[in-house]
Amino acid sequence: MARESPPLLALHGITKRFPGVTALADVSLDVRAGEVLGLLGENGAGKSTLLKIVSGAQRPDAGTITWQGETATLATPHQAQQRGIVTIYQEFNLVPDLTIAENVFIGREPLRATGLIDWPRLARDTGDVTRRIGLDLDPMMSVRDLSVAEQQMVEIARALSMQSRLIIMDEPTSALSETEVARLLRIMDSLRHAGLAVIFVTHRLTEATGVCDRVTVLRDGRLAGTRPVAGLEMDELIRMMVGRSAEQLYRRPATRRAPGPVRLSIRNLRTEGVTTHGTVLHGIDLDVRQGEIVGIAGLVGAGRTELARAVFGADPRAGGRIEVDGSPVRVHSPRDAIRAGIGLVPEDRKLQALFLALAVRHNFSIAALGQFLSFGVFVRERAEAEALEHYRRTLKIRMSSGEQMVVNLSGGNQQKVVLARWLALKPNVLIVDEPTRGVDIAAKAEVHELLDELAGNGIAVMAISSELPEVLAISDRIITMREGRITGDLPAAEATQEKLMALMTLAPVDA
Amino acid sequence: MSQTATEPSATRRPDAATLLGRVAPLVFLLVLMFVFSVLEPRFLSELNLFNVMRQISITGLIALGMTFVILTGGIDLSVGSVVALAGLVAGALNKGSSANSLSLDDTVAAGYPLIVSVGAAALVGLGAGLVQGVAITTLDVPPFVVTLGGLSAFRGAALLYSGGGPISSFDDTYRFWGQGKIGPMPVPVIVFLGFALLCHIVLRHTRYGRHVYAVGGNAEAARLSGLNVRALTLSVYVIVGLFAGIAGFVLSSRLNSAEAVAGLGYELTVIASVVIGGTSLFGGIGSVAGTVVGAILIGVLINGLVLMNVSPYVQQIIIGVIIVLAVAFDRFVKGRRRR
Repeated sequence: MARESPPLLALHGITKRFPGVTALADVSLDVRAGEVLGLLGENGAGKSTLLKIVSGAQRPDAGTITWQGETATLATPHQAQQRGIVTIYQEFNLVPDLTIAENVFIGREPLRATGLIDWPRLARDTGDVTRRIGLDLDPMMSVRDLSVAEQQMVEIARALSMQSRLIIMDEPTSALSETEVARLLRIMDSLRHAGLAVIFVTHRLTEATGVCDRVTVLRDGRLAGTRPVAGLEMDELIRMMVGRSAEQLYRRPATRRAPGPVRLSIRNLRTEGVTTHGTVLHGIDLDVRQGEIVGIAGLVGAGRTELARAVFGADPRAGGRIEVDGSPVRVHSPRDAIRAGIGLVPEDRKLQALFLALAVRHNFSIAALGQFLSFGVFVRERAEAEALEHYRRTLKIRMSSGEQMVVNLSGGNQQKVVLARWLALKPNVLIVDEPTRGVDIAAKAEVHELLDELAGNGIAVMAISSELPEVLAISDRIITMREGRITGDLPAAEATQEKLMALMTLAPVDA
Repeated sequence: MSQTATEPSATRRPDAATLLGRVAPLVFLLVLMFVFSVLEPRFLSELNLFNVMRQISITGLIALGMTFVILTGGIDLSVGSVVALAGLVAGALNKGSSANSLSLDDTVAAGYPLIVSVGAAALVGLGAGLVQGVAITTLDVPPFVVTLGGLSAFRGAALLYSGGGPISSFDDTYRFWGQGKIGPMPVPVIVFLGFALLCHIVLRHTRYGRHVYAVGGNAEAARLSGLNVRALTLSVYVIVGLFAGIAGFVLSSRLNSAEAVAGLGYELTVIASVVIGGTSLFGGIGSVAGTVVGAILIGVLINGLVLMNVSPYVQQIIIGVIIVLAVAFDRFVKGRRRR
């Protein structure tokens, strides 16, 4: 790494304001060729805004940008791309029905003399670039058929094919399983060795310290500091982000309750491939007791979300029995599940839970409107607002008022609104799927506490999470899944990340 | 440290943009009315204003129902044809037969009482909406296609039923609903505003209204919140059908004639009213108040242009341009709000 050469990209004193908020105040950072720079910060710290400025999607109100030592403007995404800056967002920019090759070279397809696409060359060129990052798939495969991790690699391949100098990845690991994360980090390492600069935005500290040369931390729109990773203590990093130390993170409650009688009982639950898009479930047996949090661990594709959706009636089942509090329930739709006292906080907040254009109050009450009716028809808005106020206080939802649009809340507060929606229904069983995805560290701890409290109040909680430390911290008992089967069932006190990982990845022992 | 740093004022781009988006149709309407009243003094006369209101009351009625449909992210192109069919059925029942009655002896007409005509018109509309709603929700065919089919099929049914000719000369109680006045207010205007108030209350203050917004805002989230998305989707087509049926009756009453070509092209005016009123074609955003303003806006525009002797051909061009501009403006305001 040539420290003397000017940085590839340097930002000085970047300020960006939106109505009512200063998203970025006087932020500076630089990244060099052959370096992976970690960009860390809680949600709302200003990372996304900074990314948008670097990728040309937004212009700063103040500050300068230099590219290879010279002042530059990045007024449009096109200008940024021409300099070799490519951003890979969480939501991929792929056309699902086109092939890998067409996506990699979209808009730049090699042509024959006739002006038609040179398909053999397109396939060959694509193969060249995908092999560089270890994506060994037929370039003529449709992107729709790829896993999330593979689609991400297609994005990286496209960036490489464009002769990019700086690749920015916005929380690229949030939807990946552990093995896929490891592969991605190796790819980042190889990009660094190829002389590219990488900005790696992440929530996960161990990933950042594992691959980055330096980390830049943002807090509340300001620069909290930039540190070389070598010799950096995890505690210091966390303090920079939140001003709290690591023990407070994922703190296990000291006292655990003795679980009561079985509230949710699942027997021989099966799904069929033709009816579900995801992993097929092969005869799941599972009990969740009153006051118990059962964590479900598994890699992506293990069938965790499929299990949650099948129990909740969101996807059809091929067979199996579900009992709540000892009596069998017929669940053929989410409506049935809710009637049986089952709630689901789904995996993807924005796509599956929230009505982004509606007010917080409307989002909160949608499932429980029956409680707020007069004459069985009219919504008693005062009662509704009072109920919301109750949950605002108990869940510490930070919002300006119930009339605020839910889209304007931070991820953590949005998730609390979704939780409040279910709590208003007083469920017997609550299934939470990735309850803290896209939620900042402080709010994560609050959500964890909340789940613990709910279990304390007698709700049977089933919690799915891709973060093993989270599963370990919140669960009383942990179930591991792999390829649509349960492969392990152990008390959280006896579980370790290594044990769980083994159960999640190795072939199941014959039952 | 930053030599090019410029301090922007702290109050830049207030959230007034949101507010502006909401009141823009009303502001535009007032501006339009001001301009017309300056250019053409006759515009502001009481007679003319009531005239405008009476003209919009029929498409306005349908636009109320269409607001429900568009709020769910759907569309109904068949309303004009349903108007014709419902009007014919209502008219025929008033006359006692569907025979083309240009004969002069309508004093001997032994028709059914008004309530039968109105009920039948409502039932025709309701049935049309039900059939289309079922097709949309169970056959999984997009609303655009189903109601495009309905546009053709119901027009065909109307032609078949009437045998091509009009049914005219209804009795007094029948004509009252389209031609009568209560004080200075034309009856169809009262019907329109009454239903508008009802729809406003339903959408704003009932559980059903909340559910309509939820289905349009995010159908999957609505399903996972326990809403019966299929039934809700079906219901909005029944509602718009019902309004088209009632509108068909009112139209025949106003014209004192029902014919198979009535309501031609109404879908354009109706959808334009809803969209100009700020309801998003993608669903989840919009209001009855907006639709009422949108309907009046189109009425005022046409009326003003007529008073100024602008050719009807040019009027159509202007309406077309306004529809596109209204949506463009809406998108612009909403785009701004997004980070």
